[in-house]
Amino acid sequence: MLTMNLEGLEMIAVLVVVVLFVKVLEQFGLLEAGYDDSVEDELELSAVRHRPEGLEQLEAQTRFSRKELQILYRGFKNECPSGVVNEETFKDIYSQFFPQGDASTYAHFLFNAFDTDHNGSVSFEDFVMGLSILLRGTVQEKLNWAFNLYDINKDGYITKEEMLDIMKAIYDMMGKCTYPVLKEETPRQHVEVFFQKMDKNKDGVVTIDEFIDCCQNDENIMRSMHLFENVL
Amino acid sequence: MAAGVATWLPFARAAAVGWLPLAKKTMPKPPVDNSSRSDEILYVNVSGVRFQTWKNTLDRYPETLLGSSEKEFFYNEDTQEYFFDRDPEMFRHILNFYRTGKLHYPRNECIQAFDEELAFYGIVPEIIGDCCMEEYRDRKKENQERLAEDTEANEASDAPLPPHSTSRERLWRAFENPHTSTMALVFYYVTGFFIAVSVIANVVETVPCRPPKGSVKDLPCGEKYQLAFFCMDTACVLIFTFEYLMRLFAAPSRCKFMRSVMSVIDVVAIMPYYIGLVMPENEDVSGAFVTLRVFRVFRIFKFSRHSQGLRILGYTLKSCASELGFLLFSLTMAIIIFATVMFYAEKGTKGSTFTSIPASFWYTIVTMTTLGYGDMVPNTIAGKIFGSICSLSGVLVIALPVPVIVSNFSRIYHQNQRADKMRAQQKVRLARIRMAKKGTTNAFLQYKEDRAIGDRDSDSTALCVKNRSAFEHQHHHLLHCLEKTTNHEFTDEMTYSELCMTESVGFRTSRSTSLSSQQGAQNNSTGCCPRRARRRAAMRLANSTVSVSRGSVQELDMLHVKTTSIPPQTRSSLNAQSDDLKLNCGEQDFTAAIISIPTPPANTPDESLPPSPAPIPGILRNTRATAYTHDTVKISSL
Repeated sequence: MLTMNLEGLEMIAVLVVVVLFVKVLEQFGLLEAGYDDSVEDELELSAVRHRPEGLEQLEAQTRFSRKELQILYRGFKNECPSGVVNEETFKDIYSQFFPQGDASTYAHFLFNAFDTDHNGSVSFEDFVMGLSILLRGTVQEKLNWAFNLYDINKDGYITKEEMLDIMKAIYDMMGKCTYPVLKEETPRQHVEVFFQKMDKNKDGVVTIDEFIDCCQNDENIMRSMHLFENVL
Repeated sequence: MAAGVATWLPFARAAAVGWLPLAKKTMPKPPVDNSSRSDEILYVNVSGVRFQTWKNTLDRYPETLLGSSEKEFFYNEDTQEYFFDRDPEMFRHILNFYRTGKLHYPRNECIQAFDEELAFYGIVPEIIGDCCMEEYRDRKKENQERLAEDTEANEASDAPLPPHSTSRERLWRAFENPHTSTMALVFYYVTGFFIAVSVIANVVETVPCRPPKGSVKDLPCGEKYQLAFFCMDTACVLIFTFEYLMRLFAAPSRCKFMRSVMSVIDVVAIMPYYIGLVMPENEDVSGAFVTLRVFRVFRIFKFSRHSQGLRILGYTLKSCASELGFLLFSLTMAIIIFATVMFYAEKGTKGSTFTSIPASFWYTIVTMTTLGYGDMVPNTIAGKIFGSICSLSGVLVIALPVPVIVSNFSRIYHQNQRADKMRAQQKVRLARIRMAKKGTTNAFLQYKEDRAIGDRDSDSTALCVKNRSAFEHQHHHLLHCLEKTTNHEFTDEMTYSELCMTESVGFRTSRSTSLSSQQGAQNNSTGCCPRRARRRAAMRLANSTVSVSRGSVQELDMLHVKTTSIPPQTRSSLNAQSDDLKLNCGEQDFTAAIISIPTPPANTPDESLPPSPAPIPGILRNTRATAYTHDTVKISSL
C-alpha cells in the first residue's frame, strides 16, 4: 500500500515513530543537540581570616603582660580559629554561662560595646582592649566603659528607653525561675531607681559626667569596681 | 559545660563590670584563686610515646582522669612525667578531645577496646561528637547483638517456665512457642495436619470423579461423596473452633488478640461452615453460600503461624506498600492512556474487538505484561504501531520499579531501625540537656549555701567545701553577682511552680502597718509572693510583739521554707545576709512540724540574729540537703 490515507491518528503515530528514531540517532552521536558549555564561575569565597597585631604592639596598647596575652590569645584562637568572633558565636558563648535565662539580648549589647570599630566582628585586638579596660583600667575608665555599654546609640546620653532595654536584657538573663517571681514592672522600677540616683538635673537623660560623678560618690559601687581585678 | 567555655569565663566575668553601677545590692566577694596563674607544659608518657600538652588543656575537663588530681597517682618522680601503661594510639584520640572539645571515634578500632579506654580515662561516651556518634552507636549495637546471639545459641533454647504462672499464662505460652512442652508440640502438629487436610479436601472435592452408576455426566467428587466430605469438614472446623476458643481464653489481652490478623483469619476460616449450617437450603441464598465456600481457602493462611517465612514476606509487602502503590499507579496511568489510544485507533475497523475503552483495558494489560493471549488484536496500522509501543513501554514500566522496590525495601528497613534509634537518642539528649541545666542551677544553689555558711562560721566551711574546681567557683560567683544586681534569686523549677501554686492559699492580713511598710521597703515583688515574704518576715519578726501577739487570729497556714536559702532580709539591714535556719552540711532530714507560738518571744533587737526559729519553740531544725530538686519544707504555723 504505497498510497496511504493519512488520517489524524495515523499522522500522530507516524510522528511518534519519527521522534523515537531521532532520539535513537542522538544516542549514537550522529545528531548533536546544541549544548551550551556552562561556564563555571566559582567565586572562591575565602573565609575571613584575621591575624592580630604583633605581641609587642598589644603589650604596649594594653596593660597585660606578655604571658597573659599569650594565654589569652591561645584561648581565643582555640575557640575562633578564624581570628574574629561574630555576633552569633558571641551570643552562643555568652549564653552558655546563663543557662536559665536568655542572654542573647545582653550579649548583643556587650558585643556592640566590645566592637569598638563597629565592623560587625570582634577581633582579638578589640577583645583584649576591652578586657584591659575592664580588668586593669582605672575606675574612671571602667565607668566610661559601662556608660558606653548603656548608651546604646552612642550619642553621649543614656535615655530611659536605652536603660530600660539594658535592664530588660539583664533581667532576661535571670530566666523564669527566680525568687521572688519576676514581674513585668520590675525592670521599669529598677530604671526609675537608677534615674533617681543618677539624673541630677532631672532632664530625663544621664550624661557621662552625671554618671561618673554619681558613681564616684557611691561607696558600694566604688568598692565593687575592684572586684574582678584578679580574674586573669 | 563545653571546654572552650572555660577559656571565655574570664571575659564573662570582666563583662560583669557592666552590672556594677546598676546593682541593687552589694556584690559578693570573688572566690580566692589559689591556682598558679602560670601555665606549664605537662609530659604524658603512654607506653613510651611521649605527649606534651599545656596543663590548662587538661584542666578543661575536671571530672575526667587527666583533668583531676587522679592523674597524680600516675606521676613518675624519676622522669618527671605522667606514665600510663595504655594504648598510645587510643590516647591520641583522648588527648584530641581535650584539645578540641570533640571526641572522635576511630573507625578502625574495636568498639570494646575504645569503650574500655574511655572508661579508664573517665570520659563518658555520650560526649562523642555528632560526626562520629552514629557510627559509634551502630557498631556498639552490632557488637551487643552479636554477643547476645552467641550467648543465646549457647544456652538451651528451652527456657524453663517462670514459676508461679497461672494455667492461662502457661496455655498462652504453649500456643506461642510450641517447643516448650510436648503437649504444645503435639497440638501444633495436629492443627497443622488438619489445616492441610482441610485445604486438600477443598481442592479435591472439585475434581470430577467417575459418575455413579446410571449417570453419564462427570460429577465432582464433592457431590459424589458428600457425606464423607461433610464429615471431614466438620472435624476440621471443630478443631479450628476449639483452637480459636482456647487462644481467646489464654490471650493476655483479649481485645488486642481479637484485632490481630491471625485471629481474623481464623474467624474467616471457620465462619462459612457455621453460616452454612444456619442458612436454609434456599435457592436464593445458595449463590451466596457458594461464595462463602471460597473463603474456606483462607485456611491456608493459618499456615503462617507455622511458617516464619510467610510472616516475613507479609511484613516485607507491608513495608513496601508505598513502592507497590507507585507501581500500581504508573501502570494504571499507562493502561488508561494506551487503552484510549487503541480504542480510537481501532474504532473504524469492522468487527473490531475493541468495543469500548474498558474493553481495551484487557488488551493493554495483556500486552504490557507481554502475555499476549491473542484474543484481541489490532488491525489498523495506527493500532499496530501503538500496540508495539504499548508492549515496549510495558516492559519498561514493569521492569523499572521492581529493583527500586527491592533496594527500597532494604533501605526502608534499615532506615526504620535508624529512625527508632534516633528518636530514642533524641529523648536521651534532651533529657541530658535538661539535667545539665538543672545541674548547673543546683550546683549554684549549693554554692550559695556554702558561702552563707562560710560567711558566718568558718569552721564548718571546711566541712562544706566540696571538691569544686576554680572554674565552678568563679562561675558561681558570676551568677551570684547577677542575683545581687537584680535583687532576685535563682531558684529551681520545683520551687518556682510551688511558689506560684500556693499563692492561692488563703491569707488573712492580720499584720500591722509597720510590717507591711517594711515589706514594701524590703521586697520588690508584689502579687505572687508577697504573702510568703511577709510570712517569712513574720517569722523573723517574731521577736517583735506585733504579729505574734495576735496569736489567736492567725489561722493554720502553710509556710514554704526553701531549704536552699532564705532571702536575706532581716528587719533593718538590706545587706546583711543571714540564713534563718542553721544549716548543717551533709545531713538530710526534713521535718514538717506544726509550730505553735505560745508566747511573744523575747525582744532582742540584735542585728546578728540567731536563727529565728530558735525563739519559736517547736520548730525542729531543718537541715540542708545535698539534693535540691524536691526539697521544700512546709511549716504550718498556728
